[in-house]
Amino acid sequence: MGMKSDIKLIDENGLRIDGRKPDELRPIKIEAGVLKRADGSAYVEWGKNKILAAVYGPREAHPRHLQDSTKAIIQCRYNMAPFSVSDRKRPGPDRRSVEISKIISEAFESVIMTELFPRSSIDVFIEVLQANAGTRCAGITAAAVALADAGVPMKDLVVGVAAGKVDDTVVLDLGKEEDNYGQADVPMAIVPRTGDIVLLQMDGDMTEEELFKAMDMSMEAAKYIYELQKDALRRRYAVIAQEEKEEIESIEEGIE
Amino acid sequence: MSQDVVSQILKDYIYKTLTEKKRIDGRGLLEYRKIDIQTGFIEVAEGSARVKLGNTDVLAGVKMSIGEPFPDTPESGVMTTNAELIPMASPTFEAGPPDENSIELSRVVDRGLREGQVVDLSDLCIEPGEKVWVMFIDLHILDYDGNLFDASAMAAVAALASTKVPASQYELGDDYPLPIKNWPVMTTFAKIKDIIVLDPGLDEERVADARLSVYTDQDGHIRAMQKGLNGGFSYDEVKEIVRLSKEKGKEVRKILMDAVKGGE
Repeated sequence: MGMKSDIKLIDENGLRIDGRKPDELRPIKIEAGVLKRADGSAYVEWGKNKILAAVYGPREAHPRHLQDSTKAIIQCRYNMAPFSVSDRKRPGPDRRSVEISKIISEAFESVIMTELFPRSSIDVFIEVLQANAGTRCAGITAAAVALADAGVPMKDLVVGVAAGKVDDTVVLDLGKEEDNYGQADVPMAIVPRTGDIVLLQMDGDMTEEELFKAMDMSMEAAKYIYELQKDALRRRYAVIAQEEKEEIESIEEGIE
Repeated sequence: MSQDVVSQILKDYIYKTLTEKKRIDGRGLLEYRKIDIQTGFIEVAEGSARVKLGNTDVLAGVKMSIGEPFPDTPESGVMTTNAELIPMASPTFEAGPPDENSIELSRVVDRGLREGQVVDLSDLCIEPGEKVWVMFIDLHILDYDGNLFDASAMAAVAALASTKVPASQYELGDDYPLPIKNWPVMTTFAKIKDIIVLDPGLDEERVADARLSVYTDQDGHIRAMQKGLNGGFSYDEVKEIVRLSKEKGKEVRKILMDAVKGGE
């Protein structure tokens, strides 16, 4: 956080550099079931972030020594495409991606009913196609939908959302400039039904009051994002139901 | 952190003891193990500190040289933190390239040092855009008995606070102590079922459901946080931990500052 700059991130009307109010999210679009081969998939556009998530499994865990005889393991791979950022990113995992992959895997551990699939692996792939601040939260949001699309038994979806501080103001869902020149960022992953916080990071400089205010904003925003996730799944399964209905009808016509 | 098997009996025993407001090693729920800090352990490094937190043993070394700044921060020195979980420290550590545990550890420690501004990196600029001090903080884990996060963060700050900038080697005048701007302290809590404990020992860490580390500075501001392990925290638990970390951070900061002064 906090490269020094003269950029004004909050204007005299209290609005942000992209015109949003402090507690306003960027526009979010979620689509479920976008890939053919994966067991489940989802695509999320979150502001200028474009993120794909795919799920394979439960399938046999490889290498074998990773297998757990009591439950499935969750292996998440967060990856940024080389063209996703302004300077080309060298392909392959860097330290940042390794850390993010680890904490996202852990975040899903408490909602996926892993005990149903001993010795197997549930593989979650998050590909950042275009990055514009907040990719880990958008990635979690997408991955949760992809897991549900794959039919993986879960206690609930998981919502990723961040809040932070720019120009001494607590704001929701930091954009690119706010991320670069802001004062703090608090990414979270929330289980909406229980309110459990399964991912929490923070960097920057905040007082206790500011931190709690940021967390409140994220908890509130999570309810809205949760509805978008469920809506994406409903739309996906409405299509499947319609296709099945048509197939049955065509078979019936053949019989007659 | 370790992937080894823990018996349910151990978990039940630890939890049962906690419900009686005690811990298996006799501590209170919100009590650190004994903290022992020794600075200047490595004489060939510009700064160093060995921290023992109970039996957890971490050695931090600081090396400085002159190099080029990053193009986007021409007036800032370069600071890099790295952690090695060497095989001697635990039967569960393996030799080889850094795994996700050591990467997470070094990145979380680094985040607190950077965001907590223990050193003002502009103090490390020699000629803008041309020459700056490049500083490596290497954390060597010697003995792993739980809570590497806090031990490593203490070792890093203590090592930096004991660092002498080697100016004379580069004909830049006399060596001088590295200016320390802030004293960020990380406090780590573990949640075992519904009970929260400070500074988890190895067995507690093995059975813990979730972990939360909070970096605070001397003004009581929060500078970095990281949640770990497979479980979650409720909102109220996070609030409670943040409050406690300010209070406990103060205690550790005093120990750190005293140790650095004593080492001079």
